[in-house]
Amino acid sequence: MLGDFFTRALVAGVGLAAVTGPLGCFVVWRRMAYFGDTMAHSALLGVAISILLSINMTLGVFAVAALVAGALLLLQRQNTLSTDALLGILSHSSLAVGLVLVGFLTQVRIDLMGFLFGDILAVSTEDILIIYGGGIAILVLLALNWRPLLAATVSPELAEAEGLKPEISRILLMLLMASVIAIAMKLVGVLLITSLLIIPAATARRLSATPEIMALVAAVLGAASVIAGLYGSLTWDTASGPSIVVAALLIFLLSLTVPTARLFGRRENHGA
Amino acid sequence: MDMRTKGETLITLTNAGVRSGHRILVEGVDLTISRSEIVTLIGPNGSGKSTTAKMATGVLKPSMGTVTRKPGLKIGYVPQKLSIDWTMPLTVERLMTLTGRYARSEIEAALAAVGAGRLLGAAVQELSGGEFQRVLFARAMIRKPDLLVLDEPVQGVDFSGEVALYELVRQIRDTTKAGILMISHDLHVVMAETDTVICLNGHVCCRGTPAAVKRSPEYLALFGTRAAETLAIYEHHHDHEHHDDGCVVSKDGVHAHAGHHHG
Repeated sequence: MLGDFFTRALVAGVGLAAVTGPLGCFVVWRRMAYFGDTMAHSALLGVAISILLSINMTLGVFAVAALVAGALLLLQRQNTLSTDALLGILSHSSLAVGLVLVGFLTQVRIDLMGFLFGDILAVSTEDILIIYGGGIAILVLLALNWRPLLAATVSPELAEAEGLKPEISRILLMLLMASVIAIAMKLVGVLLITSLLIIPAATARRLSATPEIMALVAAVLGAASVIAGLYGSLTWDTASGPSIVVAALLIFLLSLTVPTARLFGRRENHGA
Repeated sequence: MDMRTKGETLITLTNAGVRSGHRILVEGVDLTISRSEIVTLIGPNGSGKSTTAKMATGVLKPSMGTVTRKPGLKIGYVPQKLSIDWTMPLTVERLMTLTGRYARSEIEAALAAVGAGRLLGAAVQELSGGEFQRVLFARAMIRKPDLLVLDEPVQGVDFSGEVALYELVRQIRDTTKAGILMISHDLHVVMAETDTVICLNGHVCCRGTPAAVKRSPEYLALFGTRAAETLAIYEHHHDHEHHDDGCVVSKDGVHAHAGHHHG
């Protein structure tokens, strides 16, 4: 079944979308879009370091993304530069350092375009195992911590007063994002990962009445974007990663025409 | 009403304070909150009200003194303001289960208790300020808390809304016997039902019943006489006797009700 490269791409993409949908909702809710971008940009640095130290690439990318996120948290506490300036510094410098390091690695041939824009059609069965293994782990962690994560997102202050630990929720979300970036990099590339987090979630918002439904709708819409994008790229011979993002964008634009009163999961108002 | 029977002690702060770096946020706070008791913290911005409340609820650890809480103390919290962004789709029903799981019937009962039963299916972004406030009360109360913490409960609510809210607080106290800790910088209004007002300004500057505090020289020095004229306007038909010692911090910190009789 997984013999065909196109089928493998479909299976891998849908598996990834199932994870980026729910996690992307948190990115949208917590206004972490640029933050996610910064973590993604550091992935190339992760690749370079993995090769230098000859460690597992997925692990290396995860570690560097998590480190960058941690660095940002520490810098934010200094109360000096604004968060967006800090993100700008981290985002572009980690990308630049990554590119420079890759240039030094003359003994290994690196497909730079593959890392920047992804190569979902080159996905191996082993990659699929990583995506589904990692993806299921991420979804299980999300599901188990859903209530505290959501409470911390709605109001950290309230969550804290009622005995939850919003700071831990925040760290958990960052680690989950670093994991998603590590498993998604090969598929859509460091420059497009955040689009799979943000666009389906943003589309789902207009169609959903509760956070849980939004997470579910985002996963379904993400999967639809992957399928539409891949078939589009097959039909018109376009780059597969960007085609998926374009499909997600088209679905988003389409959703703008749906009247907001039509919501999934909306209860009838009682007596109102 | 007879002398109110005070229940078990929920929280005790003894000479408690918090230091942040070299700065002392608040120090020397003695405070107890018991079941069915209403304690109000007042003070200007930066006086340590929130810090004190956070010490009491356990969000902040005291860097001086001690804080003891009843084991397993359950806290319900009504935040000062909660702006829920449009990107977060949240119905009232879902908001009610934000920090815990409850049956539909419990949710309906909790909303009905604050007169917000018909809002169950509404999106929180569509609620008016007063409706949202009631829903937040219901959300805190569904936890059946031992202690209800109200942060600036009447901020942004108009006068008749204030009266209604205080009535709600009184009702909650009477029916659930929860202890209530209120934080207020609105010095003009302190609920007359308040058993103890603690006036903070980096330390406890005075304390006692609302009537005692408004006459205390420390309070007048801090907020001026105009504030005193309008403090505790909900002090209706009381025939209390108060000692004028409300502003002196006693060593045991529990003197506030001495000589205070509810008629």
